[in-house]
Amino acid sequence: MGDPRIGIIGRRLEGVKKIVAVSSGKGGVGKSVVATALALSLKEKGYRVGLLDLDFTSPSTHVILGVEGLFPEEDRGIIPPLAEGLRYMSITYYSLDKPAPLRGADVSDAIIELLAITRWGELDHLVIDMPPGIGDATLDIIRLVERLNFLVVTTPSRVALETIKKLLTLLRELEVPVTGVIENMVMKPSDSIHEQIELLGNNYLGYIPFDEELEGALGDIDGFMETKFAGALTTIASEVE
Amino acid sequence: MHEWALAEGVVNTATKIAEDEGLVEVTEVSVRIGELQQVEHEVFRFALEQLRTPIMKGAGFVLESIPARLKCRVCGEEWGFSTDALDEDVSEAIHFVPEMAHVYLKCPRCGSPDFEVSEGRGVWLSSVKGVRRDG
Repeated sequence: MGDPRIGIIGRRLEGVKKIVAVSSGKGGVGKSVVATALALSLKEKGYRVGLLDLDFTSPSTHVILGVEGLFPEEDRGIIPPLAEGLRYMSITYYSLDKPAPLRGADVSDAIIELLAITRWGELDHLVIDMPPGIGDATLDIIRLVERLNFLVVTTPSRVALETIKKLLTLLRELEVPVTGVIENMVMKPSDSIHEQIELLGNNYLGYIPFDEELEGALGDIDGFMETKFAGALTTIASEVE
Repeated sequence: MHEWALAEGVVNTATKIAEDEGLVEVTEVSVRIGELQQVEHEVFRFALEQLRTPIMKGAGFVLESIPARLKCRVCGEEWGFSTDALDEDVSEAIHFVPEMAHVYLKCPRCGSPDFEVSEGRGVWLSSVKGVRRDG
């Protein structure tokens, strides 16, 4: 007759003012570091922020945050613990460091389960680190979460651009709001991506220079937020506020 | 308790169905509970009783336990689920997110984690019975 989890998702998110899904057309464009830096920069500006890692088969935000030894509190559902001041939810609380080989239907079920049982409380922003592409997770989030905005990450590569064109087209067809596109890992600034994003009718939010120091700062939040990458992202983050 | 979150979903969904169907009173709510999720029936029932909405104030809750059946997509082996050989942490992970079975369980015949849960995954609302406005 019905999946009782679906109807409760809206209530679980009713205390969240803004929800932003950080997405991309393909992997490897820096989506997870953008999502994490965005959440941290919003927190530094004084907002109450949550971070949800929905990339179940390749979760990585826990590595960026340097999360160890945390586990959600159980209270009529689960309460995401605080990690670096963020209400943080990840499948890795349950899968630990083991692979989670999930097919599409299983990904959907796991997403529904987490959205139905996670009590976010009062938040100004919930940042969702999406898996790349337009597969099950993207379709589920669009289907299940109201008041959703997408923030799309690309690189200067034509390969990445081609994939976000499909994502942006899908979002337009489904009438899902898109805050804009961030161009990441830029080595030689040019207007090429900027122009093409605007031709598609989307906002180009800015570019982030390639930062050789970023890798060494992963897991060390103070160091991470002092990188040029985080500095550039923080400027762009004002568009999400 | 996690059971409370699931019970809240059942009560919320059953109430909406009753309203959509024009019921003035719900007499019975039936829920199928998959074995894989290891829901504690007593806690779940208590939560349902506490969370019941006015329209279901006289309703009975029928809980049906569904054995979990797992089927390997590689070799076709079918088997059941048992917590006997599982660590408490693993049982708890599967309790919260049943898909974690794919992290910790393997086909007993070929060792693959690529199996489907053909029956008995989690909580499912199977029927809402009641009295219609027009009798």
